[in-house]
Amino acid sequence: MMYILKSRILKGVVTRHIDPKLSGEIESAGLELKSLIRKKFARSLYIREVDTGSCGACESEIISANNPIYDIQRFGINFVASPRHADALLVTGPVSKNMLVALKKTFEAMPEPKFVITLGDCALNGGIFKDSYYIEGPVKDILPAALHIPGCPPTPMAIIKALLAFLKK
Amino acid sequence: MDGSEIISGIKTKLQDFNAISVSKNYSDEICIKVDPQVFKDTCLALHKILPSPVMMLFALDERKAMGKFVINAVFASFRRSQWVILTMDIPQENPCFDSLAKSMYSANLFEREIWEMFGIEPKGNPDLRRLYLHDEVWPQGNYPLRKDFQKMKVGNLGEYKFGRVEGEGIFEVPVGPVHAGIIGPGHFRFSVAGEPIINLEIRFGFTHRGVEKIFEGKSISDAIRFSERVSGDSSFAHSLSFAQAAEKISGISVSLRTAYLRGIFLELERMYNHANDAGGIALDVGFSFPAAYASIIKESILALNEKLTGSRYLKNINSVGRVSVDFDGSKKSILQESIGKIKQDFDELVKILNSSVSFMDRVDTAGVLKKKTAFDLGVVGLAGRASGIPTDLRKYFPGIYKEAKFKMVTQGAGDVLARLRVRIFEFEESCRLIEEFAARMPGDEKIENDPKPKEGSALGYVEGWRGPVLYWLKTDSSGLIERCKIVDPSFHNWQALSYAVLGNIIPDFPLCNKSFDLSYSGNDL
Repeated sequence: MMYILKSRILKGVVTRHIDPKLSGEIESAGLELKSLIRKKFARSLYIREVDTGSCGACESEIISANNPIYDIQRFGINFVASPRHADALLVTGPVSKNMLVALKKTFEAMPEPKFVITLGDCALNGGIFKDSYYIEGPVKDILPAALHIPGCPPTPMAIIKALLAFLKK
Repeated sequence: MDGSEIISGIKTKLQDFNAISVSKNYSDEICIKVDPQVFKDTCLALHKILPSPVMMLFALDERKAMGKFVINAVFASFRRSQWVILTMDIPQENPCFDSLAKSMYSANLFEREIWEMFGIEPKGNPDLRRLYLHDEVWPQGNYPLRKDFQKMKVGNLGEYKFGRVEGEGIFEVPVGPVHAGIIGPGHFRFSVAGEPIINLEIRFGFTHRGVEKIFEGKSISDAIRFSERVSGDSSFAHSLSFAQAAEKISGISVSLRTAYLRGIFLELERMYNHANDAGGIALDVGFSFPAAYASIIKESILALNEKLTGSRYLKNINSVGRVSVDFDGSKKSILQESIGKIKQDFDELVKILNSSVSFMDRVDTAGVLKKKTAFDLGVVGLAGRASGIPTDLRKYFPGIYKEAKFKMVTQGAGDVLARLRVRIFEFEESCRLIEEFAARMPGDEKIENDPKPKEGSALGYVEGWRGPVLYWLKTDSSGLIERCKIVDPSFHNWQALSYAVLGNIIPDFPLCNKSFDLSYSGNDL
């Protein structure tokens, strides 16, 4: 604790040098996103994430979108712990047989109005796993999907941009 | 070295041991074929003399070609830098074998897997519940890894029975498969008496995608892209292990430059995951400042990956015999400069963690995994080293790591702090290794290795950041894959979590879980 305080006092606020091009991109997309969310969702958009059999890379990139570099939360997007708090369900993975019931139940637990976003190539059409014996997907045959974010996995910047383009519609 | 030393070792335990055949197709693999009657005893003897847990145990369906099933057990001899593969035939009329699990627990999950996937019964195994194919959606009698499996046949569905702890004041807490965080799915069933956990049963299979079946019939070049998507945070270790198995079959040896480039990427993968976990452990005790700091470090390594290879998760790089990325002088200097900065940031993170008494108080003595338990369960890799089991493929098998004088880290305590410390030391060692590899890497050498389709089987092995990633690959005469068995270290290590949490309180479970940070998708396949 003393170390943290001492180094904070000595160093002041440490701002990081992000690549100015990237930082400009995040800021401009983010601010636009923020004003749209203010208008359409009364300040913030709450998202619940469900993994239906992804390899984990999509989750890793969603978490990265929340890191201090991208910090998607400052634009009004929150990832929440319970579907009961959520406006949108974010689904990754090709939907394995074992996750079918859990996916449906999670969606049912969400209050109206609600919508579904799919993220990653697996969630769109099963991706490279689509011919497997244990895949029930794609997500859009099970739940009404409003938006798809492509990529394997999509980068945090791609996630922010896809959400922006969707909300503009 | 031939197999004679291993055979005489087995004979010290089994006097009248006789192998049907002993073959050595590669310098690092010994295949011993034995009679089904002595398979179990030979496994137990190898387990004792090497000593090694069962690293792999898997079946093959050879009924079409030879009218039988085959079972292979793979053991590691770290001291001799050898893999020992024990083989036996199983008649197709009465597919069963004597269970090893009661004498050697590390075989248990493998046996259950063979039973559900092939319908070969491990006689005497007390627990034949299925791991991946859930009774609620998949009727009994459908064995997907049999070659004649076409489509699921409709049948009676059942229900999974959890182990039950009964008594006054004991209650159950079910968690999952959908968790509060952004994380993979698994079901955790805690039995608690007051606050402490007295039993934890974990149910897996939620991310089962039938990966091993998908590999079958694919060409090597197609299949390598699948291996990158088995476990998303270990894409490079998986594709490398797969590529190594394929290279052994085709008789290709990679250039030294390729070997060093692979070493650099493997260490970068280790670094971003170790940074992520150091932050995750802090986050799970509510210490969010270092967690944010660690996520910046992770992001800078991912950004570095993208600059060097075009992929944040190091995908689409490995192919058989080569890597598709090359390093010119500018990339080398970007690498060296970035590693220097990342190392500084990481040192700062470690100082922040070490100087917080309340953080240390939470991680010290939490989630202890004893050495004996770890060995009996067959725990491997990072979690094993934190419990005092000195195994690391980088240390014991020849190659660039030996050249670079790789230092292995072990800890004795087996608690969350020990696993954190192993990560911290390994992160620092990875920085050193990357610098060393970049300096040692020879200049351009163009060796075009075009693999010719070849029949054969081989084992690929890589020490990923969690532990050994193993691929056993068998191809037919046109070079297509007949069987690909994958073992991610998560498969060995998940069960260790059930033991490490005993006596801890449920609020400490996320902390214990994060200190192992195992893969759901790598386990479920």
